[in-house]
Amino acid sequence: MIMKKLMLGNAAVARGAYEAGVRVVSSYPGTPSTEITEEIAKYDEIYCEWAPNEKVALEVAIGASFAGARAMSCMKHVGLNVAADPLYTASYTGVGGGLVVCVADDQGMHSSQNEQDSRLVAISSKIPMLEPADSEECKIFTQKAFELSEKYDTPILIRLSTRISHSQSLVQEGERENVELKDYVKDTAKYVMMPAMAMKRHHYVERRLDDMRKLAEDCEFNVVEKKDSKIGVISAGIAYQYAKEVFPDASFLKLGMINPLPTQLILDFAKSVEKVYVIEELEPVIENHCKVLGIDVIGKDILSNIGEFSVAQIREAVFGEKADTIKIEEPMPNRPPVMCAGCPHRGTFYVLKKLGLRVSGDIGCYTLGALAPLSSMDMCVCMGASIGMAHGMEKARGSEFARKTVAVIGDSTFIHSGITGLVDIVYNKGTSTVIILDNSITGMTGHQHNPATGFTIKGEPTKGVDLVKLCSAIGIDRVTVIDPFNIKKFEQVLREETEVDEPSVIIAQRPCALLKDVKHGKPLEINENCKVCKACMKIGCPAISVIDGKVEIDKSLCVGCALCVRVCRFNAIGAGGAKDD
Amino acid sequence: MTNIMIVGVGGQGTLLASRILGAAAIANGYDVKVSEVHGMSQRGGSVVTYVKYGDKVYSPIVGEGEADIILAFEQLEAYRYANYLKKGGKMLVNIQKTNPMPVITGAAEYPKDIIEKMRQKGADIIDVDAFSLACEAGNAKTVNVVLIGVLAARSNIEKDIWLSALEDTVPPKFLEVNKKAFELGYNL
Repeated sequence: MIMKKLMLGNAAVARGAYEAGVRVVSSYPGTPSTEITEEIAKYDEIYCEWAPNEKVALEVAIGASFAGARAMSCMKHVGLNVAADPLYTASYTGVGGGLVVCVADDQGMHSSQNEQDSRLVAISSKIPMLEPADSEECKIFTQKAFELSEKYDTPILIRLSTRISHSQSLVQEGERENVELKDYVKDTAKYVMMPAMAMKRHHYVERRLDDMRKLAEDCEFNVVEKKDSKIGVISAGIAYQYAKEVFPDASFLKLGMINPLPTQLILDFAKSVEKVYVIEELEPVIENHCKVLGIDVIGKDILSNIGEFSVAQIREAVFGEKADTIKIEEPMPNRPPVMCAGCPHRGTFYVLKKLGLRVSGDIGCYTLGALAPLSSMDMCVCMGASIGMAHGMEKARGSEFARKTVAVIGDSTFIHSGITGLVDIVYNKGTSTVIILDNSITGMTGHQHNPATGFTIKGEPTKGVDLVKLCSAIGIDRVTVIDPFNIKKFEQVLREETEVDEPSVIIAQRPCALLKDVKHGKPLEINENCKVCKACMKIGCPAISVIDGKVEIDKSLCVGCALCVRVCRFNAIGAGGAKDD
Repeated sequence: MTNIMIVGVGGQGTLLASRILGAAAIANGYDVKVSEVHGMSQRGGSVVTYVKYGDKVYSPIVGEGEADIILAFEQLEAYRYANYLKKGGKMLVNIQKTNPMPVITGAAEYPKDIIEKMRQKGADIIDVDAFSLACEAGNAKTVNVVLIGVLAARSNIEKDIWLSALEDTVPPKFLEVNKKAFELGYNL
């Protein structure tokens, strides 16, 4: 017997791509998709990279495909928005080598700013989409996606979700297929999308969609599981797994190909049962399709289109049954995520709060600066938005308002889509102050390299973007580099730069506390000088709390960064670390 | 089907614990699913990992009132997920306390006598001073493996299988100290 391996859905997608002979993978990290590309990086046979953003990543994959290689690009749902421009037109051009775009949705927003449903993008871009329901399917569907891509001359979307990406289940590994590079053929009618050519390709896309509809009728991934005929359930992806537990005896139509959806298959299935439930998270995509076909289904009238499902939630909605549980009535404190002990952003947000500045924020670990006690972020919308929003606020309310406003953006986010915002400020005579939080890594998604770190995804040294030179080339004449833990100097610089009547950039430079080569001192201790003034509590460090009226430092959490030492006025925190320099 | 939940605070090593558990279940010939938390909630937030094994596992998630065992790395987190315990299920609770930010800022209070209150509600609880045992083993960071040891002694999987799962999961450099931690938990 060949042993199956326990594998994350994301790792299984990587395995599937590897076995399908993928040659080029370009992605931008984003929870819950990040590990796909990290796993790909472990295979020496595959060229892989972190691109500056999802748009570039997909363009690299498209180029590789045109050049005859099997190629893939992976991203989170909101990343697909960034890549939407090349995506929609790659639907027209079709492919050379197989092209797969893997997108991970985040129902329940475990780590995202919205919970949009990527199936709607598949529909509007007219790109076929597959949705696996466990790790084994992640592998098989990915392999098959490359084959379908070449057969039907189309990119293929694979839709994952947090619970598929980050659940481990058993996978049977196979060998890597030897797929030769296809010949490169100059074909302007197919690859140069000017109006005349593109119009012809649009006709092709509609014909292709018809072919795919036929495929959906007997696709091996759309499976009828015939059992009791009282209840029939139509479902896909993770929702199928929940539904299987809720309806153990029902008949199922499990859809693995979710764009385009089958018609006859669904009509026949609906006819074979007395009552049809459609169990799908987020938007009623399958349900609306059924309703257009005139099938009376139960779906969003009893189940929400907000958040993720659970077995218990579906069971209650369908059967009115509630789980018999221990009930705790006592209110209990939440445990929101916090900036880690030693986090460099803590210094920045401490000073921002102290100065009472309005903060236009961005996406990353530092978004946690919005939470108490630092509470110093006013807005956060999408990657790179902080800079444009700060500029917009100035244009709406004038430069006086701008003096009390800053934009805050991480190094990776700045490279991703902040640069163009900064160009806008310079070009259109703004005076905003932009703080780039340079922690030498992409933090929130778990330490990926980016163009500013000087290393590739495989850890090879490369040229790093020089942020100072970049900003000055854009036309920023005032660029300051400073350690955000040097809070006195940081405050002084911030006061100066927000006051001046021209745009400026402050690069707050200090590496992420979780990086292996970052070493602080020993854990710190409160000494007898402590007056319990609680000034050190203002930095919001998870290691410092007041227990029985005394300030205490939790040694198991403290990394000795000594930021608290710098805010203490009574010399009450000792051992390791230096006083303000 | 056996449903296990591992709950704790981001950074406590719940992920490794769930992977050891998953490896042991698969070595025992079960179908297995392990559901993890990555991303934002890992930063010191409340984290929950699910491990399910049996003949055939569908949902990777354990629902309210479904957990046979809850392995809690921290008291407040045990309390938070107590309603997930099945009638007749067991809770293994590390008595360590970590204040969440609303407690640190003074916006909320850390509930008192958590274990006692849960027992009064009928929860079957084994409380463990895993931190002391981890220190006794020689590394404070082996709290997770101590707790896996406590769980292993109450599971339907043989000890040998647990030990080889540990060997397959833990870096060789830390294997000895982790084996010690496992034994201290197992023999509790």
